[in-house]
Amino acid sequence: MSVIVQAAKSLILKEFLAAFWLTTKYFFRPKVTINYPYEKGPLSPRFRGEHALRRYPNGEERCIACKLCEAICPAQAITIEAEPRDDGSRRTTRYDIDMTKCIYCGFCQEACPVDAIVEGPNFEFAAETREELMYDKNKLLANGERWEREIAANIAADAPYR
Amino acid sequence: MVETLYSLMGGQGPVLYLAAIVLSILAIILPLLIGVAFAVYFDRKVWAAVQMRRGPNVVGPWGLLQSFADGLKLFLKETIIPSGSNKVIFILAPMITFTLALISWAVIPFESRMALADLNVGILYILAISSLGVYGIIMSGWASNSRYAFLGGLRSAAQMVSYEVSIGFVLVCVLMKVGSLNMTDIVEAQQGYIWNWHFIPFLPVFVIFFISALAETNRPPFDLPEAEAELVAGYQVEYSSMAFALFFLGEYANILLMSIVMALLFFGGWYAPLPGLEFIPGTIWLLLKMVFFFWCFAMVKAFVPRYRYDQLMRLGWKVFLPLSLFLVVFYAGILVAFDLLPTSG
Repeated sequence: MSVIVQAAKSLILKEFLAAFWLTTKYFFRPKVTINYPYEKGPLSPRFRGEHALRRYPNGEERCIACKLCEAICPAQAITIEAEPRDDGSRRTTRYDIDMTKCIYCGFCQEACPVDAIVEGPNFEFAAETREELMYDKNKLLANGERWEREIAANIAADAPYR
Repeated sequence: MVETLYSLMGGQGPVLYLAAIVLSILAIILPLLIGVAFAVYFDRKVWAAVQMRRGPNVVGPWGLLQSFADGLKLFLKETIIPSGSNKVIFILAPMITFTLALISWAVIPFESRMALADLNVGILYILAISSLGVYGIIMSGWASNSRYAFLGGLRSAAQMVSYEVSIGFVLVCVLMKVGSLNMTDIVEAQQGYIWNWHFIPFLPVFVIFFISALAETNRPPFDLPEAEAELVAGYQVEYSSMAFALFFLGEYANILLMSIVMALLFFGGWYAPLPGLEFIPGTIWLLLKMVFFFWCFAMVKAFVPRYRYDQLMRLGWKVFLPLSLFLVVFYAGILVAFDLLPTSG
């Protein structure tokens, strides 16, 4: 009996028609994708994107060349060289991040005692050559200036939870 | 169509007649090729909509020019001919596929008697050309000298042969009722509104034709010759640039052809579906019906999984063949019993 029922069901294309009806319903549903380059999805304040080196409001670099970020970096993407400045304060002479090595784990910003190195909300920094992804201190400080408002807002938004 | 144009141009001399023929051919092929470009776009938009995506939307307004951008890209790419291939056949195969996909359109009437060649064996001609279509695929599969392409070619040969049999029988049912092989006659046998059309008395026949048409055009669930997951792209794996573009255009021209044949055979061609809708020209109705069937083709691609090869053969030979044979006997019996056989021809 069940063989006959099964044969009848397949003969009248029961499942085919059901699938057709289902997909037709989905056909008219609103789209779930966003129109990416013109429209962007929400980002968490904790989002770990492109790195930036921050400054204090008076323009002084935050980084004190403690090299904790260099030490903790699991991918060993950070290279720091430092020596005392003329006024006796310790500052970096070289702060490089190899963005092709970085795994965006966020340990560097966790390790930093002065909130100098942070991972900002920018994720659109694709480049055409490998060399462009070898970030030096100037590039990182420039990032800091460019993204300071967003970074400060994100740190403030996340502060109650840490 | 040619004669009308010829008399419009003055109707004198063989040169003018030849010019009329060439102009009629261009009048069909140019809109067809542009239509194919939009069909690819439409296809992608339909799958996107089913999956709740947006689909191509960057090139031109709503992405309408996407296919032209893709075509330009293919045109600018290098044609790679594998050193192990049989070069003549390798280059010939996409040309054959493309040409065969286009020449079937010669007998399609866009309005009563408005076909390039108003053959009295029109439907037979379409069957013959679509049978030849398999040569392009077999030749490309063999000439590529690649395992994937070869397997794709073999599959395609067996598949198209199997489903042509049931398409043939299915058409016999309709032809018995109409009493003519001429495409215009077939449509004019359905004169009237939606309740006069063939799909009502011939519903099972139409269903078999639709599914066989999917198999005939290598569309999912019968896209085994291409089968991206297992054969990469089957017979077209070694093709690049314009050779690939010709396969692609040919494939979509074939799908459009099958859509329009379904509209002509079962859905009243250029007749309006309901009284009061005649103010829209018949050609527009025919094209609207074609777009509807193309939409169905696209929807089917969106929701069916691919058949396994033995399932495909089982469906073709053990389900469709006996079913369509039975339907031929059934409709012949009905036509004889109720004395409905066509008197003329």
